[in-house]
Amino acid sequence: MTVYGTTLRSRLMLGTALYPSPALLADAIKASGAEVVTVSLRRESGAERAGQGFWSMIRDLGVRVLPNTAGCHGVKEAVTTAQMAREVFQTNWIKLEVIGEDDTLQPDVFGLVEAARILADEGFAVFPYTTDDLVVAERLLEAGCEVLMPWGAPIGSGKGLNNPFALRALRAHFPEVPLVVDAGIGLPSHAAAAMELGYDAILLNTAVAKAGDPVAMAKSFAMAVEAGRLAYDAGPMEPRDMAEPSTPVIGKAFLP
Amino acid sequence: MKISVNGQPHEVKATTVAAILTEIGYGDATVATALNGDFVAADRRMNQAVRDGDALEVLAPRQGG
Repeated sequence: MTVYGTTLRSRLMLGTALYPSPALLADAIKASGAEVVTVSLRRESGAERAGQGFWSMIRDLGVRVLPNTAGCHGVKEAVTTAQMAREVFQTNWIKLEVIGEDDTLQPDVFGLVEAARILADEGFAVFPYTTDDLVVAERLLEAGCEVLMPWGAPIGSGKGLNNPFALRALRAHFPEVPLVVDAGIGLPSHAAAAMELGYDAILLNTAVAKAGDPVAMAKSFAMAVEAGRLAYDAGPMEPRDMAEPSTPVIGKAFLP
Repeated sequence: MKISVNGQPHEVKATTVAAILTEIGYGDATVATALNGDFVAADRRMNQAVRDGDALEVLAPRQGG
């Protein structure tokens, strides 16, 4: 897939939070084959410098980072966080989150569009974490986004694709726009299902980080994403309501 | 003067963002700064004045989803 002029071989993007240890995080990233990992900015203590070791480890892995604005609830806060991330991570890529509701972590799509327009005007490559709403998607594209990242289900819920109909509609309406299912994926089968719908990539975190064996789960997701994409490209059969025998009827013996 | 750094009260002598970072121990750490909610780019820290009661945010890379 190609996003903002960058071609990626892997269609799996991985979050870096919630892993049992830095070593397991590094091994999971390698096992996933992901070329893009999400990162954040948080308060740093001058004495502890907790973020410096993490950043050093990520740089050593040689992956591209996609900083997020996680936890931001307002436009100004999200824009300022994006500006800070661009400087620290030396990338104009930003996963834009403007949260509107705390129980579901549902995006505030009005603030999202406004922040996306500001950041796109400032030269950012905006990856908007959005809902599966078609009209919002249209507004985000008008604001300058070249990729859309609708949720499958609420962040961290692991429920999979809550609304395959809406996701299918998005794919149909925007055939040329890179679409990434971001959030809610719990199982490799969920990821495969999204890829079979024609989605270009999957972004997930908790499903790997909280697995009993994160490294094995990362590998499993990589295989599922690849299988789903291969299936989409292969042209799945149309489902039908009634049975149709696969074994030829003609030539069957008459055995009263 | 008294300022807030990442939400915690600090008594500092320095009066610019760059000098305050040095005074309170950030040294050469990879951080981004914002003063009173506005981003302060690294190349502006030496000239960015800080006044009594200001709120400085100092952020660094961290795990994220």
